[in-house]
Amino acid sequence: MSERGTSLVIETPEGVDFSYELASPVTRAVAWIIDLAAIGVLTKGTDKLCEWLAHLNRDWADGLAVILYFVISVGYAIVLEWRWRGQTLGKRVLGLRVVDAQGLRLQLSQVVLRNLLRLVDMLPVAYLVGGIASFASRNCQRLGDLAAGTIVARERNAPDADMEELAPAKYNSLAAFPHLTARLRSLVRPEAVSMAVEAVARRDAYEPLARIELFRELADYFRGLVQFPEAAAEGLTDEQYVRSVLRVVYGTRSN
Amino acid sequence: MIIDVPRFVAAERPYWDELHTMLAKLEAEPERRLQLEEIERLHYLYERCSADLSRLDTFATEPRVRASLEALVSRAYSTIHETRAPAKIRWKAALLAFPRAFRRHLGAFRLSVGVTLLGMAFGWFALHIDARNKAVLLPFSHLLIPPAERVAQEEHAKEDRLKGLKASFAANLMTHNTHVTILAMALGVTFGAGTLILLFYNGVILGAVITDYVAAHQSVFLAGWLLPHGSIEIPAILLGGQAGFILAGALIGWGDRTARVDRLRAVASDLVAIIAGAGVMLVWAGTVEAFVSQYHQPVIPYALKIAFGLCEAAALTFYLGWAGRE
Repeated sequence: MSERGTSLVIETPEGVDFSYELASPVTRAVAWIIDLAAIGVLTKGTDKLCEWLAHLNRDWADGLAVILYFVISVGYAIVLEWRWRGQTLGKRVLGLRVVDAQGLRLQLSQVVLRNLLRLVDMLPVAYLVGGIASFASRNCQRLGDLAAGTIVARERNAPDADMEELAPAKYNSLAAFPHLTARLRSLVRPEAVSMAVEAVARRDAYEPLARIELFRELADYFRGLVQFPEAAAEGLTDEQYVRSVLRVVYGTRSN
Repeated sequence: MIIDVPRFVAAERPYWDELHTMLAKLEAEPERRLQLEEIERLHYLYERCSADLSRLDTFATEPRVRASLEALVSRAYSTIHETRAPAKIRWKAALLAFPRAFRRHLGAFRLSVGVTLLGMAFGWFALHIDARNKAVLLPFSHLLIPPAERVAQEEHAKEDRLKGLKASFAANLMTHNTHVTILAMALGVTFGAGTLILLFYNGVILGAVITDYVAAHQSVFLAGWLLPHGSIEIPAILLGGQAGFILAGALIGWGDRTARVDRLRAVASDLVAIIAGAGVMLVWAGTVEAFVSQYHQPVIPYALKIAFGLCEAAALTFYLGWAGRE
């Protein structure tokens, strides 16, 4: 059912696989630091409120402060993960989400359980138990996740690349060879396409020599897959070649 | 095999968008009941998108399209294949879910009680063989005073030593005991070892205190002091232990051939019901301990305090034993 380390693959009864990209323990730790800051801010706010209430009754204000601190520190993640379908503030910032490990709908009982078991994951200090469990677990699960049957996954809501901006459809000499472009689409690896899209999108941020080297390597990879006639690639720099390849891989529509 | 990916995507995208819209509505209103035509349409769209994803798998030059379609199919899968009812807090159901969950796992509760009794026996034995062990077993200053001396102090107190502190004292008791109860449950993840140690230690303290006061012939004071809050607080911690042993049982799975993940899934809502119920009990116990238990004869007669504690214990027994029975 799973592929160790980076993703969890769910096979549906219809025979279709879909996967969740697992969040690493380090990313989760950063998310929790953001959440700790949020808890700190909330606690500070309630302390201010209680200080004001202390003018009316010191004892009741102190009692309220103790209870509010407990409720916020225990309830913060429970309430947010339930209301925001698996996300706290930190997870939202880092694009993470708690999901059911079997791909089903996340239940309130799972949210409560994984957060209450945080008490053990936090032991003895700085999430040592939870951290070790996450590194040792096949699906990067801390003990709370194991008990609740949940995982923390990266969200995959990246917008489609704006191909018109990255690689304009006009004057694409490769498009004149549909049988070769179809062959290219069937051979090219998705990781290479992703890498090329990233490279084109960030091309102005690279050092000139690094930019030339990167596009040379990408162009060599694409040229190695399908040999277009010389006339089609004549006069194209490596970067222009990569952009032309992207355009024919993604087609002529504008996303 | 798809020859023209852009045309394929352009042709299928309206179905993906329609499924996305339906799912967004369902996610916003999980309680909403679909009409038969809507269910059929949802199922059709899910199957169509699953088939699209499968076809894209053999032709994966569109990683972003594939990723977004994968996310869509996973959302539809979780909506269609989920058989558990969407959670909505209904107070009456929650009130009955707690005793029902308690009764479903009586064995774990008995174990929790057994371990605590064992700890109490150890506490009694340790004090019985050498009274100097009291300093080791009871690391709390107010418990180290000889019982007779403490009783005399409490009964002749001229001032209310908790004056102006009762609410914060109650709040500290509530949060501390709730923390201990949650920990008793959470430590179940250590296959029950942590829960066992915590309950045993609690039992040792309780046993040592009882031995100390009974030996000093202060049983009435002890009952008047402990029963008003203890009749609720001690069962609440035992319930935390019960939850811990349920969790441990699901992890270990003695004689149960179902997968561990399914065993844990089966007990998750019971664990939450028990721990939520114990939490409410501890709010009550904390209030009683701060406002009633710390006041002794002549302020509040012992008989009244003991009767109050026994009534609470009887009400709790009735609630856990009979509420929601079918």
